[in-house]
Amino acid sequence: MEYYAGKYDVVVVGAGHAGCEAALATSRMGLKTVMFSISLECIANMPCNPNIGGTSKGHLVREIDALGGEMGKNADKSLLQSRMLNTSKGPAVYSLRTQSDRKKYHQDMKHTLELQENLDVKQAEIVDIRIEDGIKKVVTNIGAIYETKAIIIATGTYLKGKVFIGDVNFESGPDGVFPANKLSEALNRIGVELRRFKTGTPARVNRRSIDFSKMEEQKGDETIIPFSFENEEYKKEQLSCYLTYTTGDTHEIIKKNLHRSPLYAGDIEGVGPRYCPSIEDKIVRFADKERHQIFIEPMGENTEEMYIQGMSSSLPEDVQLDVYHSIPGLEKAEFMRPAYAIEYDCIDSTMVYPTLEHKEIEGIYFAGQTNGSSGYEEAAAQGLIAGINAALKIQGKHPLILDRSEAYIGVLIDDLVTKGTNEPYRMMTSRAEYRLLLRQDNADMRLTQKGYEIGLISEERYNKFLNKKAEIEKEIQRLKTTNIKPNEKTNNFLEKYNSSKIEMGMKLADLLKRTELTYELLEEIDENRPNLDKQVWEEAEIEIKYEGYIKIQQEQVNKFKNLENKKLPQDIDFLNLQGISLEARQKLDKFRPLSIGQASRISGISPADISVLLIYLEQYKRGKNNE
Amino acid sequence: MEDTIAAIATSSGISSIGIIRISGENAFDIIKKIFKTKKDNFEIKANTINYGYIVDEGNIIDEVLVSFFVKPNSFTREDVCEINCHGGTVIINKILALVLKNGARLANPGEFTQRAFLNGRIDLSQAEAIIDIINSKTDKILKESEKQLKGNLSNEITEIENTILDILSDIEANIDYPEYDVEEVSERKLREKVEEIKNKLLLLENSFETGKILKEGISIALIGRPNVGKSSVLNMLLKEQRAIVTDIAGTTRDTIEEYINIKGIPVKIIDTAGIRDTKDIVEKIGVDKSLELVETADVVVLILDSSSKLNKQDIEILTKIKTKNSLVILNKIDLNKEITEKNILDINSEVKIIAISAKENIGKEKIEQEIFNICNINEVISENEVIVTNTRHKDVISRALNIIIEAQNNINENVPIDIISIKIMESLKILGEITGKTVSEEVISKIFSKFCLGK
Repeated sequence: MEYYAGKYDVVVVGAGHAGCEAALATSRMGLKTVMFSISLECIANMPCNPNIGGTSKGHLVREIDALGGEMGKNADKSLLQSRMLNTSKGPAVYSLRTQSDRKKYHQDMKHTLELQENLDVKQAEIVDIRIEDGIKKVVTNIGAIYETKAIIIATGTYLKGKVFIGDVNFESGPDGVFPANKLSEALNRIGVELRRFKTGTPARVNRRSIDFSKMEEQKGDETIIPFSFENEEYKKEQLSCYLTYTTGDTHEIIKKNLHRSPLYAGDIEGVGPRYCPSIEDKIVRFADKERHQIFIEPMGENTEEMYIQGMSSSLPEDVQLDVYHSIPGLEKAEFMRPAYAIEYDCIDSTMVYPTLEHKEIEGIYFAGQTNGSSGYEEAAAQGLIAGINAALKIQGKHPLILDRSEAYIGVLIDDLVTKGTNEPYRMMTSRAEYRLLLRQDNADMRLTQKGYEIGLISEERYNKFLNKKAEIEKEIQRLKTTNIKPNEKTNNFLEKYNSSKIEMGMKLADLLKRTELTYELLEEIDENRPNLDKQVWEEAEIEIKYEGYIKIQQEQVNKFKNLENKKLPQDIDFLNLQGISLEARQKLDKFRPLSIGQASRISGISPADISVLLIYLEQYKRGKNNE
Repeated sequence: MEDTIAAIATSSGISSIGIIRISGENAFDIIKKIFKTKKDNFEIKANTINYGYIVDEGNIIDEVLVSFFVKPNSFTREDVCEINCHGGTVIINKILALVLKNGARLANPGEFTQRAFLNGRIDLSQAEAIIDIINSKTDKILKESEKQLKGNLSNEITEIENTILDILSDIEANIDYPEYDVEEVSERKLREKVEEIKNKLLLLENSFETGKILKEGISIALIGRPNVGKSSVLNMLLKEQRAIVTDIAGTTRDTIEEYINIKGIPVKIIDTAGIRDTKDIVEKIGVDKSLELVETADVVVLILDSSSKLNKQDIEILTKIKTKNSLVILNKIDLNKEITEKNILDINSEVKIIAISAKENIGKEKIEQEIFNICNINEVISENEVIVTNTRHKDVISRALNIIIEAQNNINENVPIDIISIKIMESLKILGEITGKTVSEEVISKIFSKFCLGK
């Protein structure tokens, strides 16, 4: 028996990392929002790695935070270990990563959602979406009908989820939760095409059954650098991770039992990611590699469960046990949860606009794994953008589209919607062409203004941001104008750090540009140095030290923006454009690019097509002017 | 629907046959109106060459061969026919006018290529090679352009791209997977690889000069006093060439430029013919005028009469041509020898000297060979070598090279690997302008094919 249960501005389907950001964004932007989850125990669950951040993903978390999202703050609350990776490889690729207490992460996020004004959190499975005369409705499994203006689909791996462990397979969401079986048909009914992707996760093992003496300990950094720009650095007792390796035995066991893997037997139809290969995949594809790294990560403070990174598998449980037991330190490993592969429905991400709204169904947004991405951070970033744009559209405002020169989020979404993906998409630093500008340290400088304008950054935080920005500017100016005298003290200092002596006065900024000198070292000869926040001076240091390189990238960005700012009118009839090949016209018609720049990145669109498009755009503009 | 275009496909003044190309929806209708064969019911068949006459209102204009290409199997992917007629501007232009009269439109420059482009027939690098064919002056260029079409340059660049991809994927794997046991790229390896890339690019860049010579030819200025035998030397060089001689107004109306073809390379001879004929003016214009004329030439050839002692003018010219690629021809060796090589070398020690007798037709081969030597083009004509002839290709290569040199400097300055990597990636992106590859996908594919990464 169905019943009318109420009216919301926004309905969010799914409460994973994408759903949480989406729901928080819309409700914080003042829209009445309801979010549904099959189980409230699975809000912001980490069904795979218990960590947040890492290379390029750390950048995403910083950007989410800079825009007013929640992931960074939540990760800061539940961290077990923190590390800044890549510190020797240059400022653009510094990457923050934390191990998280999985349960606490879930609890903190759930509590944040519960306390959020304008937001209702409900346990229910959405089984139908109805669009009648432009009015959108969702229906729960128990018959409640909610009317809404926008729907954000963030169903992760739940959508027709199917778990594979050897020859055993069953319908299931991640971590043993019910799958969402009926929503797929509902989406088909409203015209959304679906496809199958797959991913996998390793076993969880009881800490007491692991012999850590045979492994290498990996400790956290001494000082914890928080994800959120709102939090301060601090020190804390941290949990360790451990490193061990597969052995020749491991490889033998796997080779002997390959036929028992559903992947190799052909039972799984979904496409898996190169980025998260199963252990059997690694052995087959890299037969020459003698050993593979296995990282043991804690799942939380109040649990003995350990995550065995590098050992995801869809082999039968008995084979898994043999495989794990062949690894030094895991000889007596006691499984708490076996490794499994999971297959799920998702959409072709080229079917959504950069706002993440579906191109053909107005008011329906998609975010996270449903769009074919992989990873919590990728999901959260999309959730935030989908939420923001759903809200902006309802409010009748311009959409927020971050481009490739503004944020990793922009690169992520542009890749998804313009290039599409044939496998679960992972963010990587090499995907960002302007990464010297898209640093994790300056995410707030890049995005907080936008976050404030949308309404996700509080007045208080905004003022703090403005203040920080001014302080950075001031410090850069001071460094550029402060003269250092070529006296004995200076040259003794320079000699100490193998830096060439100076004979004439030199600006502090010019000394800072020397590779062997840092802001911290220069304190010795920098007499009038103000007492500044680390976030401030670090930013000033990077901006000065890499000024030349930053300038070059900025020039490239200006060229890029030139095409990006040439917006294509949405009433263009791409199919009838003269002088462009039929294939390109069909592509343009399918992708409906928003700018010449975006069109130029669609595969199969040639420079000649772009020249013609440019001519067409010019004609169109002249035609409009004459009207 | 696109309209039908026509144009002369051969460069004017080079060959003894001319080609008029027609492309578009009405190409065959037009040709049917003006092309007559012996058969009464002539039918157009794809990929055939047909003998017949171009006829205008019953009058035969020329005896021709016409080839047909039916869409989409043609250069432009439209219906195309090509009329091979006899050379000579009058006939070609008459036939073209006839074609236009019957419904075709005169093509804009490069419009065939543009159509081929727009119809998906050719990619960027091939299109430029086709443009080069259009502009090429001799068979050598044709060969070069063909080679380029077959992807010779593409292959070379792809090889460089692969070298870049190789080092880049190593660096990027280090960056994206800092905790995995991917071997860290050592500074030595980085230096070696960047050096390798630089050298390969440098080789290509340098080949452009040769390519330019192949395409545009060498220009030679013949200078010398009256009666030293300039015209005889010129005639000797022109012999058997039957080259087209055109009057082109140069800096002075007295200059004559003549084209010859030495071993497939177009050679433009700037002859100071006018000066030769007006003795009074020679006095006034003198040495300076001669030097002004040779300013633009690649090679200066000074002809001396070996039976007559060096005079003041000769000495002055010999001194002044020290800064140019130059050659001294001692003509009339069949007569009394009044000038020795030493006499010349005492004034200009760098100049090459060849003794000939134009009258006896001795020394033609030597002159040709020496001109090649001076221009350094002997070894470049090996068949397999990749030569960059296209200005845009050269530009791309130079830009990629510059970035690589910057990266090399950065390595020396101990700049973080991340920034060096950005530079190397940029060079790959620039090369992609020729090959059309997308950098980030290439790098990522390479990373995951090389290394076992991921949880």
